Amino acid sequence: MLEIKDLNVFYGAIHALKGISLTVDEGELVSLIGANGAGKTTTLHTISGLLPAASGSITLDGKDLQKVAPNKIIGMGLAHVPEGRHVFARMTVEENLRMGAYIIKDQKKIGENLENVYSHFPRLKERSRQLAGTLSGGEQQMLATGRALMTNPRIVLMDEPSMGLSPLLVKEIFSIIQELHESGITILLVEQNAKMALAVADRAYVLETGSISMSGKAAELAEDDRVRKAYLGA
Amino acid sequence: MSTFFQTLIVGLRLGSIYALIALGYTMVYGIIRLINFAHGDFIMVGGYTMIFTIPLALRMGLPAWAAVLAGVVVCVLVGVGTELIAYRPVRKTGTAMTALITAIAMSLFLENLAQAIPAIGPNPKVSSQIFASGGINIGSVTMEYTTIITIVISAVVMVILYEFTQKTRLGRAMRCVSEDKAAATLMGINVNHTILLTFAIGSGLAAVAALMYMAQYPKVYTTMGSLLGLKAFVSAVLGGIGIIPGAVLGGVVIGLVESFTTSYISSSMADTFVFLILIIVLVIKPAGIMGKNVGEKV
Repeated sequence: MLEIKDLNVFYGAIHALKGISLTVDEGELVSLIGANGAGKTTTLHTISGLLPAASGSITLDGKDLQKVAPNKIIGMGLAHVPEGRHVFARMTVEENLRMGAYIIKDQKKIGENLENVYSHFPRLKERSRQLAGTLSGGEQQMLATGRALMTNPRIVLMDEPSMGLSPLLVKEIFSIIQELHESGITILLVEQNAKMALAVADRAYVLETGSISMSGKAAELAEDDRVRKAYLGA
Repeated sequence: MSTFFQTLIVGLRLGSIYALIALGYTMVYGIIRLINFAHGDFIMVGGYTMIFTIPLALRMGLPAWAAVLAGVVVCVLVGVGTELIAYRPVRKTGTAMTALITAIAMSLFLENLAQAIPAIGPNPKVSSQIFASGGINIGSVTMEYTTIITIVISAVVMVILYEFTQKTRLGRAMRCVSEDKAAATLMGINVNHTILLTFAIGSGLAAVAALMYMAQYPKVYTTMGSLLGLKAFVSAVLGGIGIIPGAVLGGVVIGLVESFTTSYISSSMADTFVFLILIIVLVIKPAGIMGKNVGEKV
């Protein structure tokens, strides 16, 4: 479904991605793990068109995403939950969710999707009139996730959903990710919390300073000695 | 007592004009964090456009104020052109400081360009009468038609603008872009188009402000936008820059301070008091009257 080939990205003078290749198949949950600064967020930003690629290709269902304007990518069924949530702090929870459906013009459809998101996240419904900036970190993560679901995307990129959350909330967020996965949404998950990321994923890639060092079935990687030493603290 | 009410009305009228201009500053600042110094000169552009189109309007049997349509069109084109030619390229490669200097350069460029155009030249032009003279007497207080129209039109424009940003799809897109451009892009919003729309609205309002200003002070000259723009900018900062109702409140406060100082103290002290009020407010509330001191976002 999503295919990245020999992707090179420069961040100023830094060679942030050094020819990485990865694929995400329909219905899969793929995790991209690695240390801080390995290039995980850069990968997602390049897929979404927020960063330009120097060379290489990114295709979604065979279509070259680099030829698509960044704001048109969501219309192709790809939604992105950015690192650090990026909710619209001065808008209410419901306004944020409605912005998620910006490309949809059918009000009835928006209403249906809103109800669907509220069914996944009842807490957002309780807080629908509250300003997003006043929500807790966990609630903001739910809002950012719910906002990305407002277009019924086929594939969702999730960037560090567990960042800054308490262990209890991390569990909750990951159970939501699993729920979404089981409902048939394809997910590319970027996480520093390698243990959780490998536990929920079908397959995983390990990113080290801009290159993919290992890849394979998540369950097998979780047993791999090098992965255990470097990322699982074993 | 009648002096008091007369002064109040004059202050409201002046404040309405400042508010219309301040909206342009505040909207552009809100969306790209740039103080558009050329905004004051858009008023001059609107003023001259009307000087040249009012005779046309009259010949066609239209009222003089109909020329505001031409003013709005030309101001929107100049505003959008300024963003496309000057600001957008600089924003891509430069820093906030480069953008600010570009804005100052655009202001000087427009003023000097106007002077260089033979039909304009360095001497002021006088506008014909725009609204019917006369007014309504309430007791010993006279409300001129021009005053009533200025206050009503300004109030209506501001309410429409506020509702637009709160209730419409494009208005919400503007608020998103002003908060977070990357997230707005991920929602499917075309950030550059939204910025252009903001420039178009702000510049269009400058033409309306120019009409209201000329209705009262029928003189147009190439540097007319400097002080007018500066006071409107002060209004926007006073109310809390980036906040639409704040620009209106700031404009009205500045208008009232100016008219009351002129009436009760001395006209030569008016500007002194305007800037004194600015300093006092900023010392007490650095983010402006309606501004919130937002901490670092996490």
